[in-house]
This record gives sequence, C-alpha cells and structure tokens, in this order.
Amino acid sequence: MAEALSREEVARVAELAMLRLTDEELETFTPQLAAVLEHAEDVEALDVHGLEPTQHPYPLVNVFRADVVEGFDNRDAALAMGPEVEDDLFRVPPAHGEEP
Amino acid sequence: MRTALEIANLVRSGELSATEAVEESLASIEAQEPQIHAFNTVVADRALDRARAVDQAVAAGSDPGPLAGVPIALKDNMCTSGIPTTCSSKILDGWKPPYDATIVEKLAGAGAVLVGKTNLDEFAMGSSTENSAFGPTRNPLNPSLVPGGSSGGSAAAVAANMVPLSFGSDTGGSIRQPAALCGTVGLKPTYGAVSRYGLVAFASSLDQIGPFTNTVADAAVAFETIGGHDPRDTTSIPQPVPNVTEALERGADGLRVGVIAEMMGGAIEGFEPEVLARTREAADALAAAGAEVEEVSLESTIYGLSAYYLIAPAEASSNLARYDGVRYGNRVAQGTSTADMMVATRTAGFGAEVKRRIMLGTYALSAGYYDAFYGKAQRVRTLIIDDFNAAYEKFDVLLSPTSPCVAFPFGAKADPLTMYLNDVCTIPSNLAGHPAISVPFRTGANDLPVGVQVLGPMLGEAAIFQAAAVLETAA
Repeated sequence: MAEALSREEVARVAELAMLRLTDEELETFTPQLAAVLEHAEDVEALDVHGLEPTQHPYPLVNVFRADVVEGFDNRDAALAMGPEVEDDLFRVPPAHGEEP
Repeated sequence: MRTALEIANLVRSGELSATEAVEESLASIEAQEPQIHAFNTVVADRALDRARAVDQAVAAGSDPGPLAGVPIALKDNMCTSGIPTTCSSKILDGWKPPYDATIVEKLAGAGAVLVGKTNLDEFAMGSSTENSAFGPTRNPLNPSLVPGGSSGGSAAAVAANMVPLSFGSDTGGSIRQPAALCGTVGLKPTYGAVSRYGLVAFASSLDQIGPFTNTVADAAVAFETIGGHDPRDTTSIPQPVPNVTEALERGADGLRVGVIAEMMGGAIEGFEPEVLARTREAADALAAAGAEVEEVSLESTIYGLSAYYLIAPAEASSNLARYDGVRYGNRVAQGTSTADMMVATRTAGFGAEVKRRIMLGTYALSAGYYDAFYGKAQRVRTLIIDDFNAAYEKFDVLLSPTSPCVAFPFGAKADPLTMYLNDVCTIPSNLAGHPAISVPFRTGANDLPVGVQVLGPMLGEAAIFQAAAVLETAA
C-alpha cells in the first residue's frame, strides 16, 4: 500500500462516488483519509494467507421461498415521497442532458 | 422513573394507565428536550392515542403484552410508517417511510408505545452524535459533554429518564459506547438475532438493532420482544430468540470469564486509567460471585479497527449509492442531466463524515486496491472470528472496557481517526457477529460513568445477561 493518498486520487474517488468536493474540502479530506489508510497498514504485519475472506458472520445458506406475489398496500405513500412524480413514474432530468 | 418492567406490570394489573405512563414521559421530554436534544421527532398525539388503546385493552380484560404501556423511543434510522425517518441527514429530511420496520411491529404488538425518534450521527456514522445534520445531542449527566454515538439520542433519552426503553443500532459500537458514556445498559445482540427489515442500512454485514435501558432486566425483556426469525430479512437467523430472562438469577458460580488482555493496558493504547481500574474491579466482582476469571489474549483484536474502517465504509459506499434524488429524499436540481442532478443532490445532502466514509469505501473497493484493502480486511475478519472461537472454547464470556474513555467535551475528537479509536473495544464483536452488552460499573474521571463490556459467542446472549446481572448488583 505504502504511498500516501494524493489530492488527485481523492478527487477521482469523489467523482466515482458521485460527490463534488470544493478545493477546501479536498484540502481537509486528503490528509484525513490518508491517516485512516495509513493506520490500516498495521494489518500488513499479519499473515492471512490461506484464510478465507468473511463476507458475513453467520454461516447462512441461500433460503428459497415460494415465488408468490404479495401486495403492498401503501403504494401512494411511496410515490408521494418521490421528488418528482408523473403518472406513477419517477421523473428525472434527461439522461444525457438537455439539448444544446 | 419506573423501569420498563415496572410500568408494564402496573399497566397489565390495572394499577397504572398507559396514558399516565405516556403523559409522564411526554412531560419529561418537554421539560428536558431544550437542553438535551435527544429527539428529532416527538409524536405526542399518536402516542396518547396508542396509550388509550392499550388502556382499553386492559379494561376489556385482555393483556396488551410484556411491554404494555411502556413509552419507547427509536433511533431515527428505523422506518416508521408515516412518521419522518431522517437518519439525521439533510438528504432524508422530511421523508416518511411507507412501511414499518419489523421491530416497530413487534414492539407495538407487545404493547409498547412509541413517543418519538431519536437523534444520531448522520446515517449512524460517528461516536459522539456531533455529526447529526440537526445539531448534537447533549449528555444528560453534563450538557457540555457528548452522549457518545452514533445512537446518542437513544442513550440520552433513557439516561435522562425521558423514556425507560429506547432502541439504537450498533455497527461498530453505536449502542454500547453511548450506553457507557451516558451510564445506561446497552445491548448489541448477535448479528441476525434481531430483524434488520426497515433499519436504514449502513454496513449490512455489521448492523444490528438493540435496546438501551436503565436495568439489565429491562434489556432482557426488550431483547426477547424484538428478537426472532423474520422472513423479510434474509440474514435473520432461523432460530427462536434465546431466553435470557431466566439467566438473570443464575449468579456467576462456575461462569468462566476471560478478561481480554489487549484491552486492559496491553497492546491497545489510549485507555483512561480509571476505566481500566473499574474493569478490573468488575472482573473481581465476578470472581467474588464465584466466576473463574482469567486473562486471555486475543491478538487479532488489535487489528479490528483497521479491518472495520475498510469493511464498514466499503459497505456504506454501496448502501448509500441509493440516495440519488430519484425515488425519495431531497433532490437538488442542478445542471442538465440525470448525473448532474445526482451529484448535486448527494453533494448538498450528505455531511462531511458521510462523505469521508463513502470515499474511503469507494477507494477500498476500487480497481487496484480491492485485494490490498478490502480483501485483506475480510481475511482479518476471519482471523478475529477464529481467535474469538478459540477463546470461547475456554470461556463462557469475555470482559473488557466498553469505551477507552468516559464522556468527552464537544469538539474534543475533531480529527476523524481520533474519533474512530473510541470504537476499539466494541468493533471486534461486530466483525465476528457476536453479542455484547455494556453495563454501567461505577465511575471514572470527573465522576462520569464507566461502562464494562461483556462479550459472548454467537447466540450466547444468556451468558452475557447472566454476567451483566451480577455486575449490575455489584456496581
């Protein structure tokens, strides 16, 4: 891991996470995130070869149930919470932007 | 104030009305709320309506259930149909879920009456409640100090006797640490023992709901009420909830207790001396009650913090991708495309700590770093589970401090990493999926409460309640 996190990397990560950071935020966040990653380097000391990764703490297997449609009786309340709803659909700005 | 069990027993026997119990709670909230700010929402009228329904049931000769008439509060990240559920985030301000979380249904079914939704660190990310978009909660024991977090509002509401019972969620210590800092009991059950259906997801493989109470017995009845299999949560354990109430009277005779060396002045640094002293006294108290107490080393727990702060943000970055201004929450219309709107919505809607965690997680999961960070953290998680399992071959429960320190002043841990270090004792249980309880045990610096943590194996709630009851008596 080693190399310290750069400001450019943080900007790139913000873009991937669909966030826009101000210069000031970049300035603040870069060393803070670098410090957490640096702390995480202590695991380098551990030998984890041959260990299975744990995704989930309880050894559950897939559970199947009958594929029966169940009603949801509060559809209007769900739609009412949409920022912009039209004809029972959630409306968003054009995917590729407005025409110039 | 009466305990939850006292209220329920009086209501069930007709000696106290649920209406009186709820009125008392609402009056206490009204008197203290300007100072404490434990709540995001108080639903007084609804609570009084529900209380009357409980009273009518009693009058009609039926039993409303084990929590009859008990006023309760829920952390504001649990969905309540028609009642705002904000996660203390601007992005969900005003959002009213169209359905109830399973825990909400179970509590109502047991006769409990919801009085309000409590404040938290935004999306449960934090250890002080300072990250709430609606302002911090103050510690009822001293309003210049934090209540801990992220379930700080729920802890404060119980500590201030606004309600005898509240619920929080614990992803890395968010129930146990505020319980310790406010001097209440706080339980994180086994992962999967309590349904997460309707709990707004932070880190799905770690999140678990549990109670805050003033007594161990109240926590036991609360756990038995909310636990059990739920087909609507695919990670719910398909087994009946363990009976823990009957463990309360068992005493500690023959109980095998391991004190975690790394958290007692061993490899992990930064503990207040009074916190370590109280934890040693707690171990002595268990020994005096007949327990076999020994020190045990769990070396991998040293690395819990590092693994957690890669795994939890990674899961959070994925879970919080849903806040895009399309189906719910507050949209910021800016730019000309869907993507512009999403970026503007997220940028305006999330606070600094949430942004940091999303970025940390996105980074840990990104191409080129996945194996080095996320993959390695998952293997460390396996190592921690193996270490715990080895320890539980020799011990019934383990003991440690809950938090390295007592309640601290606002702004004292402004640096994120410094704040994260608060969770060093609580994180390993989340990584392992194991239950753990924080019990107030005497006081530390400035006469502030110290919490002692009892940890148990998967579904080992009965044993931790057994030890917790002994500690409560000895405290």
